[in-house]
Amino acid sequence: MINIRNAVKKYDEVDIGPLNIRIPKAGLTSLIGPNGAGKSTMLLMIGRLLNMDAGQIAVAEMDISKSKSEDLAKVLTILRQENHFVTRLTVRQLVGFGRFPYSKGRLNKSDETIISKYIDFLQLTDLENRYLDELSGGQRQRAYVAMVLSQETEYVLLDEPLNNLDVSRSVQMMGYLKQAANEFGRTIVTVLHDINFAARYSDRICAMKDGGIAAFGTVEEIMDAKILTDIFETKIDILSGPYGPLAIY
Amino acid sequence: MNQEIAADGKLNNEVRTAKAFRSKKEEKRYWMLLIALLLIGVIAAYGLLVYNNPVPVDSPSFLPVARRRMYAVVAMIIAAIAHSISTVTFQSITNNRIITPSLLGFEALHSTIHTSLLFFFGAQALINFTGTGAFLFQIGIMVLMCLLLFGWLLTKEQGNLQLMLLIGVIIGTGLRSLSSFMRRMISPSEFDILQSRLFGSVNNAQTEYFPIAIPIVIIAAVLLILYANKLNVLSLGKNTATTLGVKHQPAIIYPLVLVSILMSVSTALIGPLTFYGFLIATLTYQAAPTYDHRYLFPMAFAIGFAIITLAYFLMNHVFSGAGVVSVIIELFGGLIFLFVILRKGVL
Repeated sequence: MINIRNAVKKYDEVDIGPLNIRIPKAGLTSLIGPNGAGKSTMLLMIGRLLNMDAGQIAVAEMDISKSKSEDLAKVLTILRQENHFVTRLTVRQLVGFGRFPYSKGRLNKSDETIISKYIDFLQLTDLENRYLDELSGGQRQRAYVAMVLSQETEYVLLDEPLNNLDVSRSVQMMGYLKQAANEFGRTIVTVLHDINFAARYSDRICAMKDGGIAAFGTVEEIMDAKILTDIFETKIDILSGPYGPLAIY
Repeated sequence: MNQEIAADGKLNNEVRTAKAFRSKKEEKRYWMLLIALLLIGVIAAYGLLVYNNPVPVDSPSFLPVARRRMYAVVAMIIAAIAHSISTVTFQSITNNRIITPSLLGFEALHSTIHTSLLFFFGAQALINFTGTGAFLFQIGIMVLMCLLLFGWLLTKEQGNLQLMLLIGVIIGTGLRSLSSFMRRMISPSEFDILQSRLFGSVNNAQTEYFPIAIPIVIIAAVLLILYANKLNVLSLGKNTATTLGVKHQPAIIYPLVLVSILMSVSTALIGPLTFYGFLIATLTYQAAPTYDHRYLFPMAFAIGFAIITLAYFLMNHVFSGAGVVSVIIELFGGLIFLFVILRKGVL
């Protein structure tokens, strides 16, 4: 469980928080909301890439500001959008870095097996010896997802994993994430912009607005015309589609 | 190109590994290049020691000449170690491939310390500022200043690299102007003393410091080589390093201290070599097709050693001492750099 208590982040103009939420273990949780609502801030604070100004966050009973970084790296991983990438680094070597919390840079046989498993899972097998700068944006994104999965952490946080992906790549990526949650038992928390992607693939949705949490619940609970219209301040209707509720805007 | 990758990929598919090189072929090429460069360096160094020695071997004055030349070669080795390892490390922890510690004003700091000593306390203070204590004191001051600057800039919450580099360059330029301003205010005789101190070169190295400088450089270099695994992770950037369990601030302060030690020892011994580190690092990334610092460091040293010995050999024996080595290094470096960029089309 991710347990957030009174977490606050102060920016010059606005404050995010105090945030209070308990995100249960297992499944895929999506964070949605308008720009500036604090979705990425919350995700980055959980992932300890952003220091909070007040409050506590515990992941799997570990306080993220008190636990050792090395120990947290075996429980929690986060992937951001913009990543600095090294030029002479292959896909396989990048995925190998996911094993760093365990191997400290010396990969053994079982590490190599795990690396192969996630490269194959994300269908990067043919590309595994390519340098990262020889890949397209979508392939590189998949390579980074393979890296965070090979870290084999209980909790995987992803900041806007569908950015810059077309519809077919987005569907493919959500398929991988859903499968990772189901098959490997990961708890995945992701920031999404598309409400319908969130509705189709999530187990839970957390809706944020104005630096606070507006609603948190199952897909059916949140996919409500009144709630969504309120959050996005835009007229949104809900239709029931063949795969669940659909938002029309 | 693509076929080559596919072929290499197949080769690797038998044993799928995430080793430092993506194929056996590239690994072999790396070792051959490394050995060739080391050989060039050793031959040039040997040439510097014995070629065109004006006194015969059996003459009593042979030994002093050979010793003087040997000191120069030792100074070159120190410079090669210090500049190669510190530049590659610095570029990895700051995730950039353009700015080097030298460009950020390490040498400017060195000349400012000496100039202000003379300016504020007089020539006598500068003359007395010798010996092991003074040497260590100077290194201590330089490390402290570097940490204040880079530590503060690199560890801010949103550590902004561009901002740090910009401020670093500005401070470096500022220090350079400040010390050149102070130099204009002092008398010519004082300036003379200062100049002999500031414009060190490998032929005029402060050999009395060798006994402490050599161990310091070797220890700092070995510590950085042992830190290679963390450097590999840090080169992926702050976010990725953090999520892989490497706490960014302490993890970069430690190599930064070692980098400033290496740079200040080298500068104190043989003076500034502004573009040397840049040249080494740029060529290293071309010569070693890997991200792994365990392989980048040896290649960087081999390149640095070959460049400096070859440059001095050419200056002493081909151009009959008519040139300045930094000019040669920058001329050849610039040409190779341009060649590489034009051929590859990317930086």
